[in-house]
Amino acid sequence: MRRYSIFTLARNALTGHRDWPRAWRSPEPRSRYRVVIVGGGGHGLATAYYLAKEHGIRDLAVLEKRWLGGGNTGRNTTIIRSNYLHDESAALYDHALRLWAGLSRELNFNVMYSDRGVMMLAHNPHDVQIFKRHIHANRLNGIDNEWLTPAEAKAYCPPLSIDRTARYPVAGAALQRRGGVARHDAVAWGYARAADSLGVDIIQNCEVTAIRREGDRVTGIETTRGSIAVEKLGIVVAGHSSILAEMAGFRLPIESYPLQALVSEPVKPIFPCVVMSNTVHAYISQSDKGDLVIGAGTDQYVSYSQRGGIQVIEHTLEAIVELFPIFSRMRMMRQWAGIVDVTPDRSPIIGRTPVRGLYINCGWGTGGFKATPGSGHLFAWTIARDEPHPVNAPFDLDRFASGRLIDEAAAAAVAH
Amino acid sequence: MTEGVARLAKGGRIDRARPLRFRFAGKLYIGYAGDTLASALLANGIHLVARSFKYHRPRGILTAGAEEPNALLRITRGDGRVDPNTRATTLPLFNDLDAAPQNCRPGLRFDLQAINGLLGPLFPAGFYYKTFMWPASFWKRFYEPRIRAAAGLGEAPRQPDPDRYLHRFAHCEVLIAGGGPAGIAAALAATRAGARVILAEEQPQFGGWLTGEGALRARIDGEAPDAWLEAALAELRAAGNCRLLPRTSVFGCYDHNLVGLLEDVADHKFAPAAGEPRHRLWKVRAARVVIATGMTERPLVFPANDRPGIMMAGAAATYLHRHAVLPGREIVIVTNNDSVYGLAGDFVAAGARVTLADARREIPDSIALPARNRGVELLPGTLPAGSEGRLRVRQIHLRSRDAGTTLPVPRACDLVLVSGGWSPNLALFAQARGELRWDAELAAFRPGPAHWPMCCAGGANGTRRLGEAIADGLRAGAAAAAAAGFEKPAPEPPSVEEGPAWTVEPLWCVPGCSSRERGEAFVDFQHDVTARDLGLALREGYESIEHVKRYTTTGMGTDQGKLGNLNALGIVAGEKGVPVPAVGVTTFRQPWTPVPFGALVGANRGPLFDPVRRTPMHAWAERAGAVFEDVGQWKRARYFPREGEDMQAAVQREAKAVRASCGMLDASTLGKIDIRGPDAAEFLNRVYTNSWAKLAVGACRYGLMLGEDGMVFDDGVTARLGEDHFHMTTTTGGAARVLAWLENWLQTEWPELRVWCTSVTEQWATMTVTGPKAREVLRPLVEDVDLGRDAFPHMTFRSGRVAGVPARIFRISFTGELSFEVNVPAGYGLHVWEALLEAGAPHGLTVYGTETMHLLRAEKGYIIVGQDTDGTVTPFDLGMGWIVSKKKGDFIGRRSLFRSGMRRSDRKQLVGLLTEDPALVLEEGAQIVEDPRQPLPMRMIGHVTSSYRSPNLGRSIALAMVRGGRERSGQRLWVPRLDGPAIPVEVTSPVFYDPEGTRLHV
Repeated sequence: MRRYSIFTLARNALTGHRDWPRAWRSPEPRSRYRVVIVGGGGHGLATAYYLAKEHGIRDLAVLEKRWLGGGNTGRNTTIIRSNYLHDESAALYDHALRLWAGLSRELNFNVMYSDRGVMMLAHNPHDVQIFKRHIHANRLNGIDNEWLTPAEAKAYCPPLSIDRTARYPVAGAALQRRGGVARHDAVAWGYARAADSLGVDIIQNCEVTAIRREGDRVTGIETTRGSIAVEKLGIVVAGHSSILAEMAGFRLPIESYPLQALVSEPVKPIFPCVVMSNTVHAYISQSDKGDLVIGAGTDQYVSYSQRGGIQVIEHTLEAIVELFPIFSRMRMMRQWAGIVDVTPDRSPIIGRTPVRGLYINCGWGTGGFKATPGSGHLFAWTIARDEPHPVNAPFDLDRFASGRLIDEAAAAAVAH
Repeated sequence: MTEGVARLAKGGRIDRARPLRFRFAGKLYIGYAGDTLASALLANGIHLVARSFKYHRPRGILTAGAEEPNALLRITRGDGRVDPNTRATTLPLFNDLDAAPQNCRPGLRFDLQAINGLLGPLFPAGFYYKTFMWPASFWKRFYEPRIRAAAGLGEAPRQPDPDRYLHRFAHCEVLIAGGGPAGIAAALAATRAGARVILAEEQPQFGGWLTGEGALRARIDGEAPDAWLEAALAELRAAGNCRLLPRTSVFGCYDHNLVGLLEDVADHKFAPAAGEPRHRLWKVRAARVVIATGMTERPLVFPANDRPGIMMAGAAATYLHRHAVLPGREIVIVTNNDSVYGLAGDFVAAGARVTLADARREIPDSIALPARNRGVELLPGTLPAGSEGRLRVRQIHLRSRDAGTTLPVPRACDLVLVSGGWSPNLALFAQARGELRWDAELAAFRPGPAHWPMCCAGGANGTRRLGEAIADGLRAGAAAAAAAGFEKPAPEPPSVEEGPAWTVEPLWCVPGCSSRERGEAFVDFQHDVTARDLGLALREGYESIEHVKRYTTTGMGTDQGKLGNLNALGIVAGEKGVPVPAVGVTTFRQPWTPVPFGALVGANRGPLFDPVRRTPMHAWAERAGAVFEDVGQWKRARYFPREGEDMQAAVQREAKAVRASCGMLDASTLGKIDIRGPDAAEFLNRVYTNSWAKLAVGACRYGLMLGEDGMVFDDGVTARLGEDHFHMTTTTGGAARVLAWLENWLQTEWPELRVWCTSVTEQWATMTVTGPKAREVLRPLVEDVDLGRDAFPHMTFRSGRVAGVPARIFRISFTGELSFEVNVPAGYGLHVWEALLEAGAPHGLTVYGTETMHLLRAEKGYIIVGQDTDGTVTPFDLGMGWIVSKKKGDFIGRRSLFRSGMRRSDRKQLVGLLTEDPALVLEEGAQIVEDPRQPLPMRMIGHVTSSYRSPNLGRSIALAMVRGGRERSGQRLWVPRLDGPAIPVEVTSPVFYDPEGTRLHV
């Protein structure tokens, strides 16, 4: 891999940037790999990278049915945080957060991770109680998360309205300063480039059409570009996980919902952090390009439609304008949707499956982007050693049979 | 402040009798009614209006429409009315309009950040992915702030928005997007067929091309097109079944022909009139949609193709013919198609010198001769090869297409018009999943099969001649109406005299534009994406068109690639050596043009953001000085402070009074669901954990509902009013969710059950009279009901009259005291409330709020779902195994409840906690540990769910969920604090007060 730096940039400027090498090769798929990862999103590419780097597995391919990072990696609102309630979740997401901090240098690709702080707003006594519970639990888990009064929240994010007469006035906020955002496409590209340089074959426009088994063991896959024999198969396809699992002959407790988002026209820096409000259903940050990046809650109905609708966007913008009245005249430039794969306890599944040699990583719901490095790191461990890493051990598929759930949705609970 | 230097003395569709004053960059100018801001600027000789996003290059007005990438200005009209990134090309001029350039410091003519242009070689596409990585902390502190400051366009508003926005819903059979000739024709046909028609046009006037160049190029039925246009519009206006919406952009086609329209009601004025909204957002459900959005002209990609004074030819036609503006006098037109030949002659006629450089070697005489005859200098086989001029183009380099090695010849000019061909506007069609088909003759995509009931007509459908467009519109309109049930043959198209259809020879990129020698060749003007950037992306392996877009940011500006995307596709196709359609297209997303957040929000702001629900006694509580809390949409009285009391003091007083004598709570917000039907008891058996079959009429029972995961989901008391009739109560916040849950099961899983559920939450006012004196308070007001201990025992209900009003009285208790929940029809609520207050006064009846309710129930160890439970709690965890029926068979959550992990002894269980220091009140949400001195991360074994200072116990109390909690009774645990040493606590039973329950049964 030819390294990127200001010096190589300057040197290439002299030759009109004609000599930059490909970020990754575009090989034809071989007929056999030791490991195949299905899904060329951030999680799949990260898995391949860590398999190659930390476990020495280079006989490895990533298959992507369309283009790298074209699913939820390229559609999410890029929020990164680790202030989750349950010990298992906090450990999982903080594992990722620690990797984020050094990721640009690790990959030699600037993923623009910016720890601008993620502030979650409380609007009523119930919210306050829940956030306090998070803050206490996070602190004792060694994870930063602090309580802000409304005035402190406003100081941290000046566009915020803390008007006491608002319909749902801000009652305070929980702030994780290490939280932030990153450039989503760059994460996929950076992992792809780094994995490619370690010998991983990254194959786009290659859709898996069948999974072959012998007994309870996976032996290969059929793709739109031919058959491939495998020893181990990792599935990391988010919204379409259930479809792949069905090909392999098992079922997943996953429902897929559209999750909508939008961006405004770009403006000069106005919004310094990430703000989320579960009570009024909105989250917002500003990208490096200047767009306000705004996310909604999931749609009410299951669907595979990656299109935006109008009523969800209206409801989201109502909340945004309520919280940030100065944005009323800003304009929506683009809206879209991704498909999120939701488990009954809103926590992911990372682990083995009923089919030997077949591993699954899915169910990240609305929160997958933030976990990308950690997810890949742990999934690579699980595939390489055929056993989960201690951090992802609780996130196995069995928990839905045993009832040993890790319910992060419960963290938002219900109003009394 | 004078007449614009570039304004023609006559012609155009402006009103010279109505001059308008406006400001640009602080200077005053004059335009006319009928101008856009862009045409008024050009009339005043102003081309330079903006700086580009990345290199801060000087930029001028490029187009005359929604596709404008450059002329984005900050518009200010008094306090709060500040709009960044406003397209000068679509903003009608109004008096006192104040426009300012953006993204330049100190000013437009000299912008310090133009240094980025000089450093351009260092900043190719995606440069930021390759650097700024060392040292790590510098990204956030140093690099990113600078990148952010350089990026962005305008400044966001800093004041709240004073304007109003309204929403309007409408239905119609035929919605037509675009009021040009094809759209008008479609409206005529559909209207004549009797369908309800909406015709939306984003510009202030209908007619499209006919209001500009088209007026000169054709005759309809032997007359100027204006006659046809006026007659058609008059017919539509008079028809009664056609709504004409000018200044209305169809911005989005959503699922099943739900179409979003943005109507500019007052945005074309300095300020809305009193009561007038700025915008009206229409949500139209249309049986059929006709897309008649015409075509957009493509630029040519050649070196330095971005200077002010370089303009789209079609835009210049609009400025000349509609606005009577001559934007330059020494004009060079560069093209690859016929569509500019007539225009070239028009400019000569207007007094300009015109050279027409056509990339095509062979120009048919039928096209060439008329232009030459009108004085146009025609240079066939000639390509643009660069331009000069810092703030305005002053010369263009032309070179022969065949003499590859000869040097380009400079030619002085003050205006360069560009036409690279025309593309149908298919954004709306593609939003609705319509498929695109490549048309080689057009060198553009045409509409393929539609997936929703819609079609394209006119230019959007690929027609190139007026007569065809009108005929196509008539056909489309008639077909749309017929499909919606209004059958009538399409009207005969008028006879149209016009020239032949234009032809084009695709030229995605002028040869040589990938070298920097003569300047960068821009593909996306707003984002400064060059042909070389596209090549770089491909060389680096970003081959998917989506990767090219995301890596170079082409098409990601406010114009969303309306202008540049097809050229980008063509260049990528050329580099890859594949046909254009093989490259694919990036996804078309809503909206067509940016939509203000305020317009999408409409009136749903402030108090209307979410409906406020108030109980019938709300006004009384307000007068009584209550402090309210939000519970879901409800406002609930939290406490009733007296003079000088804070919440703590008020709650202590209220809570004491209830147990000492009597208190009253407004419990109207409790969810109430009326459940009827022969299978109602069976239904309850399935949704609650306990058994309902044998509940006697007149009796009440407490129930827990579980989710499919076996976790507590809601609770409440349900009474059997009759054999087939139940009155269910739910938590306040859970009411809507529970009803939806019940309906979901009834409608999708158990349709065979004959059960009907009706929300009656707001039909009943509920007041809880509770305390040892409750019976005395109630008795004088109650008719027909014996309140006696044995006649009306705990967990039963009676119907009767209270204060002369029909009432349902439930003897149930959430305080542990003798309690009656009096339900009366909501309209009588306040009357009964006041009667009870009066009757209770001699007994010291005290009104209390939700905070006291919480405290009193905690003294008794009663849970609140959502506070003491969080979706991970089973009935067993709560010590409520008694409520889970072992006999009755299946119920929702049963299977999950008996999974292995659900019965583990180390699950968190509900317990009481007593602090060793009775004065200390724990913080709700605080965690519980065995050893507070362990290092981080600590092992947490539980958390505090409810915590209060109890006046009745004279100390603090708390409820908590603790791992294996019931086994820990008597153990000493610790509650760490954020700001102080950990607090030692003892694990106890969660029932602190009257554990035997004797006070319930008095």
